[in-house]
Amino acid sequence: MVEEKKESKKNEFEPKIVGFLCNWCSYAGADLAGTSRIQYPPNVRIIRVMCSGSVDSVYILRALLEGADGVFVGGCHPGDCHYLDGNYKARRRMVLLRDILDTLGLEQERVWIRWISASEGQQFAETMREMTEAIRKLGPTPITKQWNI
Amino acid sequence: MNTVTIEINGSKYETEKGKTVLEVANENNIEIPTLCYHKALNPYGACRLCVVEILKDGWSELTTSCTLPVNDGLRVQTDSEKVVKSRKMTIELLLARCPEEEVLLELAEEYGIEKPRFKKKDDNCILCGLCVRMCERMGPKAISFINRGSDRKVKPPFEEHSEVCQTCGACAFICPTSAINLEEITKNKPIPILDEFDMGLRKRSVMHISYPQAVPNWPVIDSEHCIHLQTDQCGICKDSCEADAIDYDQKEQELEIDVGSVILSPGFEEYTLPKGDSYGYRVYPNVLTSIEFERILSASGPYQGHIKRISDGKSPKKIAWLQCVGSRDESCDRKYCSSVCCMYATKEAVIAKEHQPDVESHIYFMDMRSFGKDFDKYFARAQDEYGVVYRRCRIPRVEQDRTTKNLIIRYVDEDGSLKKETYDMVVLSVGLQPCKALGNLSKILDVNLNEYGFVETDPFSPVNTSQKGIYASGTVTEPKDIPESVTQASAAAAEAAKNIFEVRGTEITEKVYPKEKQVSAEFPRIGVFVCHCGINIAGVVDVKQVVEYAKTLPYVVHADDSIFTCSQDSQEMIKEKIQEFNLNRVVIASCTPRTHEPLFQDTLREAGLNPHLFEMANIRDQNSWVHKNVPRSATQKAIDAVRMAVSKSTDLYPVHHLKIPVVHNALVIGGGISGMQSALSIADQGYEVFLVEREPVLGGHLRDIYLGVNGEQPQELLKETVEKVNGHSRIQVFTGTTVEAVSGYVGNFKTKLTSEDKKVPAEIEHGIIVVASGGLPYEPVEYQYAKSDEIVTQTEFEKDLFDGKSYLKKLQEVVMIQCVGSRNDEHPYCSRVCCSQALKNALRFKEINPDATVYILYRDIRTYGFREDVLYQKARKKGILFVRYDENEEPEVNIDKGNITVKTFERVLRRPLHLHPDKLVLSTGIIPADNMVLAKQLKIPLNADNFYAEAHVKLRPVDFSADGIFLCGLAHSPRFIEESILQAKATSARAATILSKEYLETKGNIAYVTSRNCAGCKLCIEACPYDAITFDEEKKIVEVNEILCQGCGACSAVCPSGVSQQNTFTKRQILSMVDACLE
Repeated sequence: MVEEKKESKKNEFEPKIVGFLCNWCSYAGADLAGTSRIQYPPNVRIIRVMCSGSVDSVYILRALLEGADGVFVGGCHPGDCHYLDGNYKARRRMVLLRDILDTLGLEQERVWIRWISASEGQQFAETMREMTEAIRKLGPTPITKQWNI
Repeated sequence: MNTVTIEINGSKYETEKGKTVLEVANENNIEIPTLCYHKALNPYGACRLCVVEILKDGWSELTTSCTLPVNDGLRVQTDSEKVVKSRKMTIELLLARCPEEEVLLELAEEYGIEKPRFKKKDDNCILCGLCVRMCERMGPKAISFINRGSDRKVKPPFEEHSEVCQTCGACAFICPTSAINLEEITKNKPIPILDEFDMGLRKRSVMHISYPQAVPNWPVIDSEHCIHLQTDQCGICKDSCEADAIDYDQKEQELEIDVGSVILSPGFEEYTLPKGDSYGYRVYPNVLTSIEFERILSASGPYQGHIKRISDGKSPKKIAWLQCVGSRDESCDRKYCSSVCCMYATKEAVIAKEHQPDVESHIYFMDMRSFGKDFDKYFARAQDEYGVVYRRCRIPRVEQDRTTKNLIIRYVDEDGSLKKETYDMVVLSVGLQPCKALGNLSKILDVNLNEYGFVETDPFSPVNTSQKGIYASGTVTEPKDIPESVTQASAAAAEAAKNIFEVRGTEITEKVYPKEKQVSAEFPRIGVFVCHCGINIAGVVDVKQVVEYAKTLPYVVHADDSIFTCSQDSQEMIKEKIQEFNLNRVVIASCTPRTHEPLFQDTLREAGLNPHLFEMANIRDQNSWVHKNVPRSATQKAIDAVRMAVSKSTDLYPVHHLKIPVVHNALVIGGGISGMQSALSIADQGYEVFLVEREPVLGGHLRDIYLGVNGEQPQELLKETVEKVNGHSRIQVFTGTTVEAVSGYVGNFKTKLTSEDKKVPAEIEHGIIVVASGGLPYEPVEYQYAKSDEIVTQTEFEKDLFDGKSYLKKLQEVVMIQCVGSRNDEHPYCSRVCCSQALKNALRFKEINPDATVYILYRDIRTYGFREDVLYQKARKKGILFVRYDENEEPEVNIDKGNITVKTFERVLRRPLHLHPDKLVLSTGIIPADNMVLAKQLKIPLNADNFYAEAHVKLRPVDFSADGIFLCGLAHSPRFIEESILQAKATSARAATILSKEYLETKGNIAYVTSRNCAGCKLCIEACPYDAITFDEEKKIVEVNEILCQGCGACSAVCPSGVSQQNTFTKRQILSMVDACLE
């Protein structure tokens, strides 16, 4: 409660992050952070997908265009994908997506992809802390939903 | 009347009599700060921070809420001006007393107090009395308040070390500041309880979960240290557990179970170094065992994956691994090789480099035993990519620099000079030894142990113990790596299943569900159920608020909360609500779908709803548990999660699982020992087998193996197996036959066979395929092989030894050259068997002709496991001479007038060696057969060396990623007879997982294609890792095979027109979650 008061008092910018987590590794890692009661900032909204390789670039772009300050994609470690190579597909897609972000005038650092295994609850919490801080520093997304014409 | 109504900050709350205002406030997420309250202890009212204002008619008074009982009509204010003013003063006074305390500094910041106006003291005790009350609860009452007024403090009687203190540490645990110093209180030495899983590198509490992946994942009480179980005091956990799950009376129980067979898999223990060992383990803090280092490397380990020295917590810059600690060592009675240490040390060195690129990793070893599939490639990568340095030298002792705690190692380098090197950390690669429990277990089960203390198994039926019906798998029979352990486990399962196949499935009663309601034509009618999970969720998230919010969402017709949604009565309640409100979608906001989705889906089915009209919002594992300090944000996050889940659920539709009948036959390709054993094992489990062999006779390479390592008779095995196969009523053998074409998929394959002379059925139908197509012996082109009759391969020499040819007795010198056609540029892998074959032959030759000299020119001797003792050590004792050569300095063979000369470089003497053998034996390796043809027919992958590639090296060692196709024997990689047999039996257990089913059912989240919009671009075909999508040449569109689809969704991500979609994760469903999230 102390923390909360402090946070609200400082009146800092609270980034909105959408997280796509693969069912087998990162989502399980996020669950483990819970079971282990490892605290992290409440800025992420998690969407479960079966595999990071199923995360369409459209999902990420839609989130960004609707005002998400950051998008996180979590998959299994290379070589550990439940579906053989979905995480590699995700990684290749992210590389291409970064170029699109440039054209949109969005910072590349708004989209993160990380490998977090089912046993890395601590890692998940730490990544969330890091990302929240990084996006906070970056500031709110330049995309606003309201169009002033 | 036990219920009373009170008013806090203007809102009315109904509660029970006997509670305090603070308790009611806490239950309702109303914030009141306190430092001296703990719900397990009697309230004390010491810190005065929890003061609230009681409103009476026209006047008010301040009192501590922790001691204020509720009564009807009580009205309080928790954050009025008067309260805040009083709190500020309290904090200021406390801060003046203890100016350094973090908790007070935080409070001061929160209440805007910059500096106390009072004179500062340097105390750290706020006299809250939590420790005193805690100690009372724990029983001994070892500490108490002494003195009065400004001299008041917490001490044991007479300020002496307490005799009654049980050193439980509860006082220090509960202290909100840093006032308790256990060493000042107790007479004993406080010893933390060390976490066993993390090898004592971190502390744990008495109530703990053994490790994150423990099954079942429940906390356990360490009864040896539990105050309640030891002294009957405490009991706080029982009081606090809302689910009432604590049961102190649980005792070990004796259960009687009827079983058909027993599988013994208790595993191994790592070698325990004796006290006073020469490495200084337990004495020098920076000497660790490999298992301890493994935990340090782990992200879930004691340092979260950061490598730290134990002595000072600094990151080491230089680490040494010492191999063969407790392995290959007669002095400690470990004569065998532990088989896995070379690879795990390499892995640890590589990961250390990955975690900390500037670290120098050095490995001191004797022979690099990277004999497994693709292991040599990993070894090469460790050197070339990661710069791991390997030094061939066994290190006898480690010294320590007293001041820096650095470690000094002296070694002899390749030039023979003595060198000294200092390390920040030394890792001892400890070997594997039988687990202690095995001694007793083996007596109870009456199974024999071998001379090394492992379970004795039959060489040619390597899971069978000396006791019928008892099987063994894993490291209990011999040290081995994960793939071999998993393989052996499956093999043991196959053997066990064989005994009881006739009654398979007879004890299963199938659950009957009501007919599914048709809901497609209806508008969504969503029911939302929010779980309290006791206080797990409700203690942080305002559940009522979430429920009220859910009611406002579109299509939600009912929203409710329950204490434990997963409980039996809640399931009944949900079923009732589904009927009452005619719900056609259900959203449950509770824990994680990974554990509870199947349960709730079953409830839906019982209520006549399709199980996929269900969505979960994770508001515990990913919310209340990780945001406990920010309840308002947590509640908002829960509200968002519910909105997202509801939004997705409006787009849910029923998904039906297709049932496809299974053909209960198997096709085994290859009639070598692997194929035959696989066929036998499958047939013994009650299924028909077609065994196809290209050659006119069965047996494969077993026909060329004559000698066993321990005197077993491979030719006898061959004879017996062929007889069994030919005589088995459920096996049809097709020799001289090849596979022409394979179509279909798991459960329903169709195969065309061709045979030159014999009649074979044009097409056979089968549910699974075992690939046991074998390998080929390498035909040497090196070392003048074809130019002299006295230069032979090991296989040729073995035949002569078996036949007892008379020339053998006349030989004076025999030279054997290892790694012929293995571990070179052409075949960069190790053939695994050649070292043992050479030693086996050399030993037999020495038996026939003890006076002859035998040289073995080798690169690394890879006699892993017990072969180390029965072959290598024995060979050395028999006087067989070993000369090592380097990859770049291969021996040179010349023939001059029929005389053979072998030139090599002797590394110990450091001079060239000229040998004149009258027999030169080349240890030729195993190369892959022409696997490409079958690989294309079955659409199965090959690795870089052209052996078949299994689905997962460790977890699925005999499966292909394509469902229903399995792999064993030399087609997998080079291996021994017994290892091939294990794999063969393992394939039969894996095959039975399919053959034993009447139907194969499709998964729920599989892909589907809306055919009318498909442009036929085939992108999805490339993306699919399971070949589940095919192109229909006629219609020019793609089709999904529902059985093969595993539901990864890769196809939907690449489909440019959104035609390929994944059930329960459609683009529309995911995007509606994204939209709802950012509403």
